[in-house]
Amino acid sequence: MANDKSSLQLVTRGILSENPIFKLALSMCPAVGISTTVMNGLLLGIAVLFVQVFSSVTISIFKNLIHPRIRIPTYTLTIATWVTVIDLVLAAYMPEAYAKMGIFVKLIVAFAIITMRLEMFACKEPVKDSFWDGVGMGLGFMVGMMVIGFVRELLGSGAVFGYDILGFKPLLFFILPSAGFFVVGLMMAFFNWIEIFYKRKKGLQ
Amino acid sequence: MMTRVKNKSVLLAVLIFLLAPLFAHAEGLVVGQTFNGDKEIQVSFAVSVDKNVAENIHNYTVFEESDPDIKLVLSAATLATDNKSVTLQFEDVLNTAMTHVVEVKGLGGVEKTTFKVSKSYLGYLFSILISALLINNFVFTKYLGLCVFFGTSKKKTTAKGMGVVFTLVMVASAIMSWFFYQFILIPYDLNFLQIVVFIGLVSLTVQAVDTILRKVNPILFNSFGVFLVLVIANCVIIAVPLIVANNNYNFFETFMLALGAGGGFLLALYLMSSVSERLLLANIPPTFKGLPIAFIVAGQFAMAFLGFSGLQIF
Repeated sequence: MANDKSSLQLVTRGILSENPIFKLALSMCPAVGISTTVMNGLLLGIAVLFVQVFSSVTISIFKNLIHPRIRIPTYTLTIATWVTVIDLVLAAYMPEAYAKMGIFVKLIVAFAIITMRLEMFACKEPVKDSFWDGVGMGLGFMVGMMVIGFVRELLGSGAVFGYDILGFKPLLFFILPSAGFFVVGLMMAFFNWIEIFYKRKKGLQ
Repeated sequence: MMTRVKNKSVLLAVLIFLLAPLFAHAEGLVVGQTFNGDKEIQVSFAVSVDKNVAENIHNYTVFEESDPDIKLVLSAATLATDNKSVTLQFEDVLNTAMTHVVEVKGLGGVEKTTFKVSKSYLGYLFSILISALLINNFVFTKYLGLCVFFGTSKKKTTAKGMGVVFTLVMVASAIMSWFFYQFILIPYDLNFLQIVVFIGLVSLTVQAVDTILRKVNPILFNSFGVFLVLVIANCVIIAVPLIVANNNYNFFETFMLALGAGGGFLLALYLMSSVSERLLLANIPPTFKGLPIAFIVAGQFAMAFLGFSGLQIF
């Protein structure tokens, strides 16, 4: 079924119709926890993209050697290995950003989205498709994180990527930790509203 | 009967071990020393002391045990009217979580008297528990375990079951990870394997609890068993060993942190499920139905939990 799908379709599916944060509502912890700036979102997005792509490819290569009964532990160990890699790389080359993200880099290991993609896609499909699916999901997560980070940074400190844009701070509340819940909740409601709006329009026509 | 007696003596030994730091310092000339607020140390003596010596602030040297080079500056030392206790006032706020060492020159004819001032160890352990439970609640202030949090907080009974299973698994896996970390990873310099080892141990614990519960208590297993699968895919459970490894906690501290984290998760689930049950009856706009309203409610809880920050009991 997915074989006739082009790689572009696989990528866009991850970003739009099956966006991990807004559509599948998985991996919410970092989306709420450290999405205070666009930069944080981008960096964690890159880390997740890396882990997702490499784990998908690894599992896809070895899918015929993995006994079905031990598949979940295998996935977990594969993910843990790649998380260790990105954790050490970030700690070595980007110590400041790593300190900001804190424990969340290590916690990528418990992200439901990665295990889910391995279980639902990578263990059945060929390597090439798994690669693009991983890219799509990783990018989808990154985009989601960056959108939330954009809203919070713009409204909270009037800046984007640390550059002052508005020149004033509209609502300081948005960079406070608990605002993460509100921003994610309101954005989900906004997407729901668009969906309902379009459905009604179609129904009327 | 014998085993019960044995159990009791073991309990007593543990209690004595825990309480030992409380009595350890209280000997000799100095009979009692406590923090009095966050800028004062109160010291009481067994006998009356010389007013001239006790009130001269240059006779005192005070520093935190971990930084002996940084001497803290006293602003005054006042002797009580019975000449048996002195209050040391400091210019800056003291970090009362640290052990402070006080050295006094020429007190009671002795050239130098040294004693330590610290909060009781039991109090410190308790503060770790309270901190993980309320101040740094894993769901509302650290934002961990949200997938499971939103997934299982629809009904009160589910929430309770989930919370209890979580606490059990968390304590068991945290203690196991602590042993692994202290006795295998550190001695053999395998620190980089942290993530792989901890996630393996957590999965192992979950599997073990599953098997044991199935044999030992099938009734309990029937009501709680379904939640066990969910436990693995949760970041709270892996976060505890990682925090323990980061802060280099000892055994009791690890136990308290795991207990607090589990209890905090139980509390969060219970609070959320109570609201969810009410939300079912409420008239919510269609755009907010489901997850959005749950997020808004969680945000309000998070704001309420901000009120716990700065809470200090001991």
